[in-house]
Amino acid sequence: MVKESDVLHIADLADIGISSSELGKFTEQFNAILEYFDILDTLEITESLERPLVNIFREDEVTPCISQEDALRNSHNPEDGYIRAPKVV
Amino acid sequence: MNDKYNAYLNTTEIPGTGSGILAGIRVSIKDNISTKDIETTCASKILKGYIPPYDAHAITLLKNAGASIAGKTNMDEFGMGSTTENSAFGPALNPRDTTRVTGGSSGGSAAAVAGGLVPMALGSDTGGSIRCPAAWCGIVGLKPSYGRVSRFGLIAYANSFEQIGPLASNVRDVAKLFSVIAGHDKKDSTSVSRPYDGKVIPDIRGKTIGIPREYFGEGVDAAVSAKVREAIAKLEELGASAVEISLPSMKYALPAYYVTCTCEASSNLDRFDGVRYGPEPEMNLPWHDAYTKVREAGFGPEVKRRILLGTFALSAGYYGKYYVKAQHARQLIAKDFAAALKTCDLLAGPTMPNIAPKIGELTSDPLLMYQTDILTVPVNIAGIPAISVPCGTAHGMPVGLQLMGRMFGEEALLNAALAYEEAV
Repeated sequence: MVKESDVLHIADLADIGISSSELGKFTEQFNAILEYFDILDTLEITESLERPLVNIFREDEVTPCISQEDALRNSHNPEDGYIRAPKVV
Repeated sequence: MNDKYNAYLNTTEIPGTGSGILAGIRVSIKDNISTKDIETTCASKILKGYIPPYDAHAITLLKNAGASIAGKTNMDEFGMGSTTENSAFGPALNPRDTTRVTGGSSGGSAAAVAGGLVPMALGSDTGGSIRCPAAWCGIVGLKPSYGRVSRFGLIAYANSFEQIGPLASNVRDVAKLFSVIAGHDKKDSTSVSRPYDGKVIPDIRGKTIGIPREYFGEGVDAAVSAKVREAIAKLEELGASAVEISLPSMKYALPAYYVTCTCEASSNLDRFDGVRYGPEPEMNLPWHDAYTKVREAGFGPEVKRRILLGTFALSAGYYGKYYVKAQHARQLIAKDFAAALKTCDLLAGPTMPNIAPKIGELTSDPLLMYQTDILTVPVNIAGIPAISVPCGTAHGMPVGLQLMGRMFGEEALLNAALAYEEAV
């Protein structure tokens, strides 16, 4: 059973603010959805997970890429070619 | 353009330049596919105003083939939904009945085609997002094999499932558009070198079609089932043989899909914090508070729900119960499909368990919305290709016949779909 305090903790981890009206609704909906997911508990695991994927490497070639100007175009008031961000400390 | 279906979020047109097979053809693009110099929002407030500095690989290929880009289409925010009602910019309306939803998440692309605004469109399919709106709007939609089309420039939601694919009013146009976008791209390391030559021919004779009994089980509307059974009888009449089969792990498909896609979403959508694009964060606040505010205002309820569910399912103490179990289920489901497709050339069933619901009918209960994906998500889990082809109407609305094929077996799928289309 997920409680409102659990949802608030998860929202904090995910950097998502949720309103008090959303909190009650999300908690109720999460419990219904997680209960539905419980069918996975009936899965009998008899085989280990296979990992059929292999890494694909390529030569590191110099090719044209987007310009610094283009890379900064969607950011807010970049300074001296750098993106501005909220303070970290 | 008279967009009476709210199919478009942006109607900017870029005329084609090349003289390839799409010369003179207008193609609309789902708004989660990056288009250079054209706003690309994923139908989210958090990307309002974002202008990509580059084209998705599929867009580069379209332009080289001569297509004009005819606007960006409405969708469920970031692809999260089955009706296109989760758009931050209002729902798309079904051209067959504007009181009903288009299906989703590529609902704007389907409405643009079904409403006659363009002959072709690109969508993306993570758990049914091309096939669902194709079925509900009465058009053709193909979800390619995972890896056959480059995902470079497709804004990621659940990257281990999703593929860009074509929607059109007929199989030949779907094949034509698919032939342009299929193939290897070194910018997407999951893409493979499997180009498609576009030579679609009606061919179903002698094929064995598996009919999974789970596709006609509980929750599937009787009138929809009956229409699809009629379509299968037509395929038999054309020389195919139908055999009933079972995919026993189907019961795990929906939870395995939703656990995995929410986990991937929680990671993929972490990048939206307003710093490099999107609404400006309050620069004087500590970063956690600034991002929390931007993401609260920028994401709609379904996106928040999925990010939170995924964050929860990946958190310490729950990872084994949810994520790991879902990966085991995924492996079982893929093996079930592979085994069925050893003896059968194709599988067939309904695309959707019901017809397009009325606008607002599913929005209050997310679990009910998730359950409409029950017949489309298994294909994304297995990575195989599937196509939805119109097969008549039930309760006055279109029904889709879903054909599912072997990995990289789009040729056989398109040929079978064309044989059916030409016969009805």
